[in-house]
Amino acid sequence: MNLEGFLAQLLAVAAALAGAPLLSGWVNQCRAWLQNRRAPPITMPFRTLHKLFWKESVIAHDASPIFRVTPYIVFGCMLLACLIIPTLSTNLPLAPAADAIALVGLFGVARLFISLAAMDIGTSFGTLGARREMLVGFLAEPAFLMVVFTASLISSSTSLATTVSTLGHREFAILPSLAFAGLAFTMVSLAENARVPVDNPATHLELTMIHEALILEYSGRHLALIEWAASLKLFAYSCAGFAIFFPWGIAEASDSVAFLWALPALAAKLAVGGFALALIETILAKMRIFRVPEFLATAFLLGVLAILVHLLLGA
Amino acid sequence: MGPLPELLAIDGIMIVVAAWFAIGLVGIAALHDFRLVGRVLFPLSAVLSIAISGLALYALPGAPQTAVLAIGLPDLPFHLRLDALSAFFLALLGLASAGISVFAGGYFRQGEGTPPGLLCLHYHLFLAAMAMVMLADDAYAFMVTWEVMALSSYFLVTTNHRIAEIRRAGFLYILVAHVGAIAILLCFGVLQANTGDYTFANMRAQSLSPFWASCAFLLALFGFGAKAGLLPLHVWLPEAHPAAPSPVSALMSGVMLKTAIYGLVRVNFDLLGSPLWWWGVVALVVGLATALFGVVFAAAQVDMKRLLAYSSIENIGLIVVGLGLAIVFAAYRMHSLAALALVASLYHCVNHALFKSLLFLGTGSVLHATQERNLGKLGGLMRYMPWVAWTSLVGVIASAGLPPSNGFVSEWLLLQGFLFTGELPNPYLRMLVPVFAAGVVLVAALAGYVMVKFFGVIFLGRPREEKLASAHDAGGLERLGLLWLTAGCVLLGLFPVAVIEVIDPITYALVGRGLAQSGRAGDWLLLAPVSAERASYSPLLFLVVIATVVLLAFVLVRRFYHGRVRRAAPWDCGFPMQTARMQDTAEGFGQPIRQIFEPFYLMKRELPSPFDAAPRYKVTVEDPLWGWVYLRIAAVTEALSRWVGMLQRGRISIYLLYSFLTLVTLLLFTQA
Repeated sequence: MNLEGFLAQLLAVAAALAGAPLLSGWVNQCRAWLQNRRAPPITMPFRTLHKLFWKESVIAHDASPIFRVTPYIVFGCMLLACLIIPTLSTNLPLAPAADAIALVGLFGVARLFISLAAMDIGTSFGTLGARREMLVGFLAEPAFLMVVFTASLISSSTSLATTVSTLGHREFAILPSLAFAGLAFTMVSLAENARVPVDNPATHLELTMIHEALILEYSGRHLALIEWAASLKLFAYSCAGFAIFFPWGIAEASDSVAFLWALPALAAKLAVGGFALALIETILAKMRIFRVPEFLATAFLLGVLAILVHLLLGA
Repeated sequence: MGPLPELLAIDGIMIVVAAWFAIGLVGIAALHDFRLVGRVLFPLSAVLSIAISGLALYALPGAPQTAVLAIGLPDLPFHLRLDALSAFFLALLGLASAGISVFAGGYFRQGEGTPPGLLCLHYHLFLAAMAMVMLADDAYAFMVTWEVMALSSYFLVTTNHRIAEIRRAGFLYILVAHVGAIAILLCFGVLQANTGDYTFANMRAQSLSPFWASCAFLLALFGFGAKAGLLPLHVWLPEAHPAAPSPVSALMSGVMLKTAIYGLVRVNFDLLGSPLWWWGVVALVVGLATALFGVVFAAAQVDMKRLLAYSSIENIGLIVVGLGLAIVFAAYRMHSLAALALVASLYHCVNHALFKSLLFLGTGSVLHATQERNLGKLGGLMRYMPWVAWTSLVGVIASAGLPPSNGFVSEWLLLQGFLFTGELPNPYLRMLVPVFAAGVVLVAALAGYVMVKFFGVIFLGRPREEKLASAHDAGGLERLGLLWLTAGCVLLGLFPVAVIEVIDPITYALVGRGLAQSGRAGDWLLLAPVSAERASYSPLLFLVVIATVVLLAFVLVRRFYHGRVRRAAPWDCGFPMQTARMQDTAEGFGQPIRQIFEPFYLMKRELPSPFDAAPRYKVTVEDPLWGWVYLRIAAVTEALSRWVGMLQRGRISIYLLYSFLTLVTLLLFTQA
């Protein structure tokens, strides 16, 4: 591990930890503007986190250790995800630890633990949330993997760093396979990040919630860690999307000048992506829970189509 | 006196097998002595298991060793051979059975049908037979030991033979096992190609025409598929596993199913020579159908052992998918890729042996502590049985195929294999195989759902019955067994490069290539089957990073803020009348899957009317293949036998007429 790689990795951690809540704040801001409301400041998520960390954690009598370790594990998983996705540079010493398939597995671990924690207290909403989360998860995971496969087949590598450098060097052209994959990826990201039309992050209406039902029993620092992890997940998904579909601006290894440009490029991409997310959330309505399988099955089939298009047309 | 003959590994293994047999006989002598059987014999057998896996691992990289055992018919001795493949599966047998035997020592109790000594005999016969199946080097030895294995496991399944349901499950098992055995026998008949020499060495030397080779392949797939539980011969698994005592379920699911996989690999890659590409496609289709079917049904189960049985069907399906992929690659002479797919399959065999045994043993402890197999009457056991719960959690993560467990490694290798199918020369296959990859991914994701249901409903939440509060944790020997298997799961997950180096001689022997050279990439930490550029995975680094983040977060939160905790009643949106009955039952948790995969099931719902004073809701989920395939076969058999039964008139004059007619026909025949 050289010094440069170490610095790049450290910068990626800092960017993720600071950028993720800012991204959530930005999406909330955009959504408020689009809905003719006065927007909270972009740093609002930080204030919420600070407030939650100060509060004491209230834990149910029956809670097992799983309930208490889950926030830390979920946070760790999401941070690792942000570390292996090339956000600023492809020169990441930790990247060989996990490729794109392992990245999908990483999200799976977080999902498993948070679902188990939701079932741990033994409340009806907790199990409801766990069931729905696993439902969304088992449909979204294959669709995500299909997207990953498409990108891997094009760049003949499942390593995200190699994918970025291969895709970043091609001529600008809209590949039909990547277009299908991009659509599938967008649908999966909406579902996985508990966004409209699959889930509504702003609701506490019991019967419709998924993500909120899972974390209903959490409070204080545990809730803060989970909220932070949720924004890290959004950040990770956004960056994974940029890495596969818009890899321009991510610095190559041993290219210090490009590294300076990487941060503004990432900020610009996130700003546009966040605005698009807010737009989607404003113009779409939330769908019934049993419409979600259709929605995600569509994403899955789009992913399979993307692979077939690549294999048939070579494009 | 000359020098002592040098003892080979194969001799050592035969000594262990004989010792197992001796333990069984001692068990018979001490028929009702629980202390001797449980505290001495079973732990001793576990030590022998470790010895056999040690010997096998020692012999694995070496040259094949042979032996001739003069038992059985005159002029027809047992030919035995220990090569890399046998050694691998023997090591698997030893590793899994070591944990299971220790556990069994603490598990079997008084008053469960078969007396302990007899059980001990059946159990050790079963172990010895499985070991001999893997050593057999001629069809005769193979079939004899194969049958001993089937019969001894039949007696183990029907340990609680006083229950009619269990006898029925045992009958179904022995029936399917024998149908399969006939197919295997026929397969060997085809393989010896009219030479009359049934040694495997002779079969290897024969080169069959494509037609006969395909016949042999299909017979092997059918015969070994019946043992492994491939669709549509899977029906015995969900019946036999809940019927059998848990250590027996563990042994059958973890190890016996692998003997069928061993047989498939032996026939396809060793005895048959160069495969045809469509065999691979058949294996892929059957494997994927089995996997999907298994996991979808697992999600709908309410009996915890039945759920695990269906999950075993799923895993066998995935293993066969890997074999199919290896056959496809081998048929097109893409040997390194065939090695990759084969390694994925074999790796998954060990993984499944360990984590499924672990989970079955966990259910055994739960069963002993609560007397309940029904998920709907369990819950909250994590508080009362922490040992069982934490070890099961490791098994659950492995079974769900999540990093950094061992289950993920094999899944990862399999998916890497699929990603290379773009290089296949056949355009139809190039198009078809990604669809299989999509199916495998769907199965893997569903396995996560099933495992959350399994663990969450049994161990988490609040106890659904009052009596659960008195549940006791596993005893000392049981804990030891659980820990052994847990450690196996963890180590196999964290050090994949070392495992692949062990598997390497097998793929060299079978497809002529190995992974270790490229897989190492000069680094014991990093698993990279082709090149680090192409794909890499390092579970240890993965785990270390997550653990570091967890620790740092834990410390920093306490450093900058505080670590105060207040215990209170659950919040649950402020709903005050919360009871344990309001948690999801197993049916409730599986409901989304039942709704999405409705065409897979044969479902009967009994819905209450709005005016019922005591409304009851009941849903039963059945296997549609039972009606489509088995009942039809039964109906046809019955019709045929009734037709043949018309001959049976019960009058002596008519029987004399039959004899006369037969005589006349034969005379005419000889005349002509």
